[in-house]
Amino acid sequence: MEPAFVRWLLIAVAVIFLGSFLLLPLGVVFGTAFEKGLRFYFASLREPDALAAIKLTLLAAGIAVPMNLVFGVAAAWVIGKFDFVGKSMLITLIDLPFSVSPVVSGLIYVLLFGLQGFLGPWLIAHNIRIIFAVPGIVLATIFVTFPFVARELLPMVQAQGNDEEEAALTLGSSGWQTFFRVTLPNVKWALVYGVILCNARAMGEFGAVSVVSGHIRGLTNTMPLHIEILYNDYQFVAAFAVASLLALLALLTLVVKSIVEWQAKQQLAEQATASEETRQ
Amino acid sequence: MSISVRDIRKNFGRFTALDGVSLEIPDGQLVALLGPSGSGKTTLLRIIAGLEFPDCGTVQFDGNDITDQTARERRVGFVFQHYALFRHMTVFENIAFGLRVRPRRFRPSSEQVRAKVNELLRLIQLQNQAQRYPSQLSGGQRQRVALARALAVEPSVLLLDEPFGSLDAKVRMELRRWLRQLHDEVHITSVFVTHDQDEALEVSDRVAVMNEGRIEQVGRPDEVYDHPVSPFVYNFLGNVNLFHGRVDNDRAYIHESATGNLVFVRPHLLDIDRQPGSPNSFRARTRHINSAGALVKIEAVTDWGAPVHIEMSQQRLRELQLVKDEVIFVIPKEVAVFRNNRPS
Repeated sequence: MEPAFVRWLLIAVAVIFLGSFLLLPLGVVFGTAFEKGLRFYFASLREPDALAAIKLTLLAAGIAVPMNLVFGVAAAWVIGKFDFVGKSMLITLIDLPFSVSPVVSGLIYVLLFGLQGFLGPWLIAHNIRIIFAVPGIVLATIFVTFPFVARELLPMVQAQGNDEEEAALTLGSSGWQTFFRVTLPNVKWALVYGVILCNARAMGEFGAVSVVSGHIRGLTNTMPLHIEILYNDYQFVAAFAVASLLALLALLTLVVKSIVEWQAKQQLAEQATASEETRQ
Repeated sequence: MSISVRDIRKNFGRFTALDGVSLEIPDGQLVALLGPSGSGKTTLLRIIAGLEFPDCGTVQFDGNDITDQTARERRVGFVFQHYALFRHMTVFENIAFGLRVRPRRFRPSSEQVRAKVNELLRLIQLQNQAQRYPSQLSGGQRQRVALARALAVEPSVLLLDEPFGSLDAKVRMELRRWLRQLHDEVHITSVFVTHDQDEALEVSDRVAVMNEGRIEQVGRPDEVYDHPVSPFVYNFLGNVNLFHGRVDNDRAYIHESATGNLVFVRPHLLDIDRQPGSPNSFRARTRHINSAGALVKIEAVTDWGAPVHIEMSQQRLRELQLVKDEVIFVIPKEVAVFRNNRPS
């Protein structure tokens, strides 16, 4: 055991650090947001450009999260349950968005779909707009968030092996039945957690979306972009009001995460005490 | 349903798991695949189940070629070494699984499912545990649930992979007797994999001894135990002493020098004398006498330093009044001689 003063010192360091870098900024966000009162706060949120930004953010996350959910589950299953050539390559590719700067991710899409881009002339000829439009924002959001679900699931899927799936197979279960009745229930908490993280990132993404959006007010601004514009226009209170929504989302994510972890722990503890009973 | 396996070969990368295996399993028999780890027994079982596919060779059920059928189509009951119970389902739901995933046309009603599961719960004597989760059961209970789950779909054959491998000795013993009883009641063609010779000899109708991807011998337990066809089988089934020797007029003489003849003697087929009376006896010195249990186990060392294991009755020990570290003469009563890996 360390001496008392060492313990207190370390605790104090941790508390001061957390306080100054997390709690203080969070307090400032909410403090500034409500500086001009509740009426102004809700007016800032009901303002048409703000509403459009909130809708667009919800739309982008609403498309990106389900797609990454499907992709993540499929990728984790393929990697966890089968051996094939290029498996480690696939794992590296999944991690790519983590290692690439979001701005670069956005630029990739501009270079691909932009006016001077690789597919630009063809897209213009067919009157399809991707860059500086909603499809570009959705694509960029999908790109930066696609490792989250796969990364959360993979260790679980790998740890569980193939035994239960093989058992289901010998009992006459089809591939889909095995997936929905055996594989999925076994990884459900990891899946929920992955989706929460994926959603938080999808709604909060700034860099990649900023590059492809074009910042057209009321049309291609997401919440983070809208906050930046307000801030640059010296509308601090309005900016912080919208920011407080994202902060709320972050807090909500933390709460759900705690619940999920508590649930998983609870389940384990129940099973442990129960097996203790059977042994006695 | 009879099972017929012909000329099966299976490689995993450079490793040859099965090297031309053929085996006939008549309807209703309980057959043990016995061998050391890496001998290919589990691979053979998984190929019969359709969980693994052979590189060449065929598998037939009742004369029908099913080599290309999947595990789902073959309707086999498979019991896994580590149970592979569905951890998020209760015991009841585990057993009911195979009935619930049937195509709608063949799916029994929930009353029928309940009746079937309750019947199986009675069979495995776990009626009171139906609502428990696998993690709340002991190893032996889990294995019985796994067996009930496999039987619920009324499989044509039952395949068990080291069914008692991860249980402690006492539960193991109970469960294997129970499996034998169960088989006598249900009469389903069954194959089980084991590396434990006692288990194979006690439970099965026939034993197939496997080594390095081949079947060395198939036969009734007493056949393979009493008449092993190769040194490997002799060695693998039960304790055995291995000597070198020569054969003259149908009599084996054990001595130090190697002549290419391997002489195997079971410990209980060695007798002890205090005088060098018998022509084929050899000298040894007792090292340790373990008289706990029904049989006395004696460890001795020959003049040339080879260990000898001898088993005798308590009565015989009292007659001889043996003590530790004295000179004895060992007389083989019955031996098996192999020359170049063949019986001679």
